[in-house]
Amino acid sequence: MDKMYYNGTELPDDLFDEIPLDEQLSEESGYSNYSYWRSTFRTFFKSKLSIFLVIIIVVLSLFSFLYPVFSNVDPQQVTLDMDKWNVNANSQNWFGTDGLGRDIWARTWYGTRNSLLLALVIALIEVGVGSIVGAIWGYVRRIDPLMIELYNIITNIPSTVYLILLSYILEPSFTTIVIALASSGWIVEAKFMRNKVLSLRESEYNIASQCLGTPLKRIVAKNIIPHLVSLIIMEAALTVPYSIGSEVFLGFVGLGLPLDSVTLGNMVNQGRANFMLYPYQMLYPTLVLCIITISFYIVGNKFADASDPKNHV
Amino acid sequence: MKKYIFKRSIQSLITIWIVIFVVFMLLRLMPTSGYFTRDDYLTMTEEMRQAYLKSIGVLDPPLTQFKNFIVNIFNGDLGRSITVYPRLSITTILKEKIGYSAVFGFASIVISMGLGIPMGILMARYKGKIVDNLGTFYSVIVRAVPSLIYLFLFQVWVSKIFDLPMLFYKDRPESWILPAISMSLSSIAWYAIWLRRFMVDEANRDYIKFAQVKGLSESYVMRKHVLRNAFVPIAIGIPSDLLLIISGSLIIENLYSIPGMGGLLIDSIKQMDNNLVQVLVLIYSVLSVLGVFLGDLLIVFIDPRIRLTESED
Repeated sequence: MDKMYYNGTELPDDLFDEIPLDEQLSEESGYSNYSYWRSTFRTFFKSKLSIFLVIIIVVLSLFSFLYPVFSNVDPQQVTLDMDKWNVNANSQNWFGTDGLGRDIWARTWYGTRNSLLLALVIALIEVGVGSIVGAIWGYVRRIDPLMIELYNIITNIPSTVYLILLSYILEPSFTTIVIALASSGWIVEAKFMRNKVLSLRESEYNIASQCLGTPLKRIVAKNIIPHLVSLIIMEAALTVPYSIGSEVFLGFVGLGLPLDSVTLGNMVNQGRANFMLYPYQMLYPTLVLCIITISFYIVGNKFADASDPKNHV
Repeated sequence: MKKYIFKRSIQSLITIWIVIFVVFMLLRLMPTSGYFTRDDYLTMTEEMRQAYLKSIGVLDPPLTQFKNFIVNIFNGDLGRSITVYPRLSITTILKEKIGYSAVFGFASIVISMGLGIPMGILMARYKGKIVDNLGTFYSVIVRAVPSLIYLFLFQVWVSKIFDLPMLFYKDRPESWILPAISMSLSSIAWYAIWLRRFMVDEANRDYIKFAQVKGLSESYVMRKHVLRNAFVPIAIGIPSDLLLIISGSLIIENLYSIPGMGGLLIDSIKQMDNNLVQVLVLIYSVLSVLGVFLGDLLIVFIDPRIRLTESED
């Protein structure tokens, strides 16, 4: 053992005891009651708004998935009886009927189910592929220039070009829309993840951990993964309003799903055409759509705030 | 600095080159019926069609076609539209349309910066107060609800309330107000929300606390330190925004029937007007790559801490 000095005077050896490395004791001294996930959820659920919106999302999704199973109203059922066309909301047709006598209440819930499915599939693909590619991209330095170039190219080609080419090769369908939207979305996600991975990897506390000899496995499991998982959840939540919005936009420019498929986007666009005469035909489905997109948007952002350790108490 | 500009220019050129090439090759996958106006296609016999295709060079190998396209561009010949505006030269079409989009685009940038930046500053200054909550509420609505929905309802309701014309008329200046404002609705929120976030981040820094402790006045600290630093990431986007005003807004030009650039790309893709698609993709990708490049240069002048040297990652 080296000689110890304090203010220039030599300290005698017998002041010090040499203690062998004790795994358990060192664990205990570094142990805190802090659990990342518990704190994240506690912070998240402290906000009444978050709880309320999560309940709304759960109820609306459950209802839209269960309604088609239990209801016997056919959303495509047209009628030749002119008295049943463009009827305003009443006790039988809660949201009224459209120009062909189809029940808007039933169509709204079928549409919600289809739009949510579309949005979830897109979110899964974009965020799934994006996170994996982004993690590799952030870690392997050598592929960086190549990926940046790929990113520039993909984001520079208008997505309508993919969409048209795809609908030329395939029929315009659920799959085409998913591929077209995800084809440029994944690299945007990947870039986002790459930036996060880069800054996480270089952040001081990780360097400090490395210097203290923390094994890589532990750094990855305790310092990096929790950050990324919360980012992935947040991004997935934010992709939902984006995908629903894109579907509305595609319907508007005439590149959406075929007109006979029931989605919120198609309903909004069909309702828009008759808005001057029958505003309720657009407003009811729009209301449901907005509740969904706003809830997902706020929940995504609230979760992002809650997952930031700076906001943990 | 010079070295950096040179390197970046070369890189940008490569990106533009690849984008144009990829789109050009993708367009070769489209059916050749896109090279005929509708009437021509119906009246011609199969041999005449083949002869015509041969005469305009579509049957040449794709690489030769690509070379011819580039050579023509450098000679100032953008070619002619085929199906969207049969036989009209593309230069004429663009000259006609760019003006409208540029005027509205520029007006919208002025409005959104004029309103969004003060809004962001107020929100950051009175964080957690009613101004902040109102601003957040506004930006959540604008970002979570699909833009088509609120733009459409804005058009219908606001034009009724203020008795303004619902459509655009060239010779009635009062009909220009609504499109210009509705184009700014989402970018006001964009400027406000990001400026607020950057300012709040900046205001929590230690050097700001030090400046306050030194006794500098609140407004001096805000102006000279917080705002100046928070504005850097906002400024990066400004060159792109300015350059891309000519691309127009598809939804707004469509809703108000403004004869601008907005729908041109979608129309030309839908009607498979390959010549027009190529030129438009070329213009847009040049502008967006150039915009990113200028943005990176701009922040060097705004932020003296940023130096662009070869060691830049």
